[in-house]
Amino acid sequence: MDLLSSIKDHNSERRLFISRVILTSVVGFLLLSTVIARLVQLQVYDHEVFAAQSQGNRIRIEAVPPIRGLVFDRRGRVLAENLPAYQLELIPEQVSDIDDTLQRLAEFGLIKIEDIPQFKELSASGPRFNAVTLNFRLSDEEIANFAIQRPRFPGVDFQPRLVRNYPYGEAVAHAIGYVGALSKSDLKRLDPSAYAGTSHTGKTGVENSFESDLHGDVGYRHVVSNALGRMIPADSRELTGSIPDDETPAPGQNVYLSIDLDLQQVATTALDGRRGAVVAIDPWTGEILALVSAPTFDPNLFAVGMSTSQFAELQDNLDQPLFNRAVRGAYPPGSTIKPMLALAALESGATNLTRKTICRGYFMLPNTTHRYRDWKPEGHGEMDLHDALTQSCDVYFYEISGDIGIDRMHYYLDQFGLGHETGIDINGEHPGLVPSREWKRNNFREPTDKRWYNGETVIASIGQGYMLTTPLQLASAAAALATRGIRYEPHLVAAIENAVSGDRKLIAPLRLDDVRIDNDAHWDAVLNGMHDVMQSVRGTAWAVGGNAPYQMAGKSGTAQVFSVAQEDEYDEEDMALRLRDHALFISFAPFDNPRIAVAVIVENGSSGSRVAAPIARAIMDKYLGYGDDATQ
Amino acid sequence: MRLSDTRRLISGNAPLSDFSRLLRRLHIDGPLLGGIILICGLGLFVLYSAVNSDTRLWVSQVIRLVVALIGMLVFAQMSPDFLRRWTPWGFLAGLVLLILVLTTGEVSQGARRWLDLGIRFQPSEIMKLAVPMMGAWYLHDRPIPPRFGQLLLVGLMIVVPTVLIARQPDLGTALLIAASGVIMLVLAGLSIRLMLALAVLSVPGALMLWNFMQEYQKQRVLTLLNPDSDPLGAGYNIIQSKIAIGSGGLFGKGWTNGSQAHLDYLPERDTDFIFAVMGEELGLLGLLALLSLYVFVIGRGLYIAIQAHDTYSRLLAGSISLTFFVYVFVNTAMVTGLVPVVGVPLPLVSFGGTSMVTLMAGFGILMSIHSHRKLLPH
Repeated sequence: MDLLSSIKDHNSERRLFISRVILTSVVGFLLLSTVIARLVQLQVYDHEVFAAQSQGNRIRIEAVPPIRGLVFDRRGRVLAENLPAYQLELIPEQVSDIDDTLQRLAEFGLIKIEDIPQFKELSASGPRFNAVTLNFRLSDEEIANFAIQRPRFPGVDFQPRLVRNYPYGEAVAHAIGYVGALSKSDLKRLDPSAYAGTSHTGKTGVENSFESDLHGDVGYRHVVSNALGRMIPADSRELTGSIPDDETPAPGQNVYLSIDLDLQQVATTALDGRRGAVVAIDPWTGEILALVSAPTFDPNLFAVGMSTSQFAELQDNLDQPLFNRAVRGAYPPGSTIKPMLALAALESGATNLTRKTICRGYFMLPNTTHRYRDWKPEGHGEMDLHDALTQSCDVYFYEISGDIGIDRMHYYLDQFGLGHETGIDINGEHPGLVPSREWKRNNFREPTDKRWYNGETVIASIGQGYMLTTPLQLASAAAALATRGIRYEPHLVAAIENAVSGDRKLIAPLRLDDVRIDNDAHWDAVLNGMHDVMQSVRGTAWAVGGNAPYQMAGKSGTAQVFSVAQEDEYDEEDMALRLRDHALFISFAPFDNPRIAVAVIVENGSSGSRVAAPIARAIMDKYLGYGDDATQ
Repeated sequence: MRLSDTRRLISGNAPLSDFSRLLRRLHIDGPLLGGIILICGLGLFVLYSAVNSDTRLWVSQVIRLVVALIGMLVFAQMSPDFLRRWTPWGFLAGLVLLILVLTTGEVSQGARRWLDLGIRFQPSEIMKLAVPMMGAWYLHDRPIPPRFGQLLLVGLMIVVPTVLIARQPDLGTALLIAASGVIMLVLAGLSIRLMLALAVLSVPGALMLWNFMQEYQKQRVLTLLNPDSDPLGAGYNIIQSKIAIGSGGLFGKGWTNGSQAHLDYLPERDTDFIFAVMGEELGLLGLLALLSLYVFVIGRGLYIAIQAHDTYSRLLAGSISLTFFVYVFVNTAMVTGLVPVVGVPLPLVSFGGTSMVTLMAGFGILMSIHSHRKLLPH
């Protein structure tokens, strides 16, 4: 090593060091200036932006759900209301041992053991300060019991809330529908911000289709919250200075149904546990007076929340209580179609008022051997149109069916509202089906299937084959018969009322296109036939209509559930209960001044006149003011 | 103590009063101690708010501070010669502990940083002092500026502990230690040309470092470049911190009134982000006051370095002072969103004990250097 260079020169070393200290100080000064410049930028120039952001951070807008509108029947009886109820809640962050707490709650009978895994999952998901609802509706006894035990359950408490209540639940279930807990699919359909804070929404029926009226407008409350969204208790609100104004929610509108609760109950009673549906309509307005589907269910179960097993029981029930037969059930109309086809035949000249035919109990198309049977195996003998209606002779209609033709049948039945949706103001309506050549062409694949066969016209003339109608469509058609062709769209909601101001907006009847029947004599003939179904001794429903204190008009029908093979004898006894014919009946009354039209279907009821007609009679008795005598 | 005494005390050249005599006997530098006490006082004031008036936490920090001050006093008593003699052994012990930590250290939050040898501590803290001491030790009897070969050797003394610490992984501390070593070299007269060459070489070096980084570290860098890209994830800290500082304005929202800090919007508010709490509650004026105190302490440290009589003391004092500056700069630049969030606490203010003891030990060494000079300035 070079001796000279290894000798340390202390003065030059010190000078070098001082120069380096100056150098680094300059660098440091520049760096520090950058930070200070940044601070000036943040705290002076952009101060207002950040001040606004910090304000936005801590003030959280919390939704206050509106109170749902009430539903009344046509006489102002409450069908759907909101009741205060207490629910049991658990706040996960306040519970040290969730397993143990849930176990002990189950031992007290406040929750079901089978639901414990579900609650554990709910407690683990979501913010730990968010309450998990364990029981949506505590009974008074449960509240009292729990109140005593509360100190043993830290983090578990009961909270008040409003629960939708249907005081006449089962009787009106299918008309009103029900509310259920908001699901993810609901939120896709609805505006999530309008439903912030709302727990339930209308799922079916009027609750669903009038959701926008019933729901109301969400309100807002400004709360101070921390980064996790937890609300800060009142004392730390001093932090906030002035809190922006809150907005109170606007309650939902009240809905008045055209339904009459009494008729609902009469219909439910008259159905007497059988599967079926009843629809009653005011023919001059289209207002639905009764809409019943049986079996029914308790809509309160959906509003309160039911256990998995309860829901499975409803869902898997062979009788399908959740299925709204009145608007969704599609049945062959059977002979109830005959008054309308009679009009079609008269108008089109396929028959006239004097034409007679001999009924031998069956009909054969020319050059074929297939026998189209009458419901009366021995035959009706000599029949004109009036007889064919009152006695429901099938052969008469078989014989004229070819002259009417399927397309003309379609033309007239369509005018009566069959084969397409009636436009009722609840969702899920089945359109039914009235076949035509065009329909067959468009809906079948094989060329041989696309053809329309004469035999198909024959069975269409007694409302069998492809033809399907809903009880609602039949009631609407019966109403059109009652008014001699004047038609109104059927609807359940008669008025909507502003819950705050009390202003009531009446829903005006919507008149539809009339049924075009040129000759009034044809109306007279067909309606007289319907009159004599009830009033003449030979009428199929004389037993029901003959003793009524008013004049009924009606038409019974039976619809085959499956077709009976050619050589088999019809044997009701051997047939499994569910394969029996459906019983149908359409009617209106009083004959001279119709005020109500009713359609009834009883699944596997076998006989329209014996099983379905008395139900219509009971409803009419009640509606026309003879109720107490008739139902007892 | 009268006001005039205080003034003399801070000037450092006052005639000896009784108090000054006491300080001198204890090897304490009055102005430096004054600056430190003021920073700590201001820090405790802000910390009380940052821990949500949690007295228990706050008192624990006061206790740590007292312990650290005692540590400072102990180091102030050791003469620079004594420190220098023991430097290689201290450095070697530090290396051994770093290797131990990598093999047997406690894992916490995905990193091995802690060692439990009776007392629980982070060996990387030792290195914060041991690395500049080692550099100073190696250069103290060699000509300044050092030759290339000597530079390489000092470079190795820096790189080995840096890599070991980066492996824990603790990138923040590793970078700070590397910085203290580099500062040492710059003060020792590293040629400007070499510095420029190193700066150019740092580009491929940075790329290599990028590959070396953990995913979360890469994320931090990427988030810095565009914090709004992930406002709820990685960018959240920076966004909330900027909102806190910016909303503080010139005068702040008032002590304990910071809504960002107290409603939990600001993460790590009592540790790495306490500067943002101060900015929100005490405003720009409060931050400038704190920065002024830091500048005073650093200035005093550099003054001590210039006044030192031998190479070891000079280099060590300069390196300690400027590294302290790097701490302040990295934390404040990080909290204001100028550099990536690397997890460096605000010295003497952030909650936590380990770094406090190391910092105070460094100040003790500064005081030792100043008070053990053979010639007194007056």
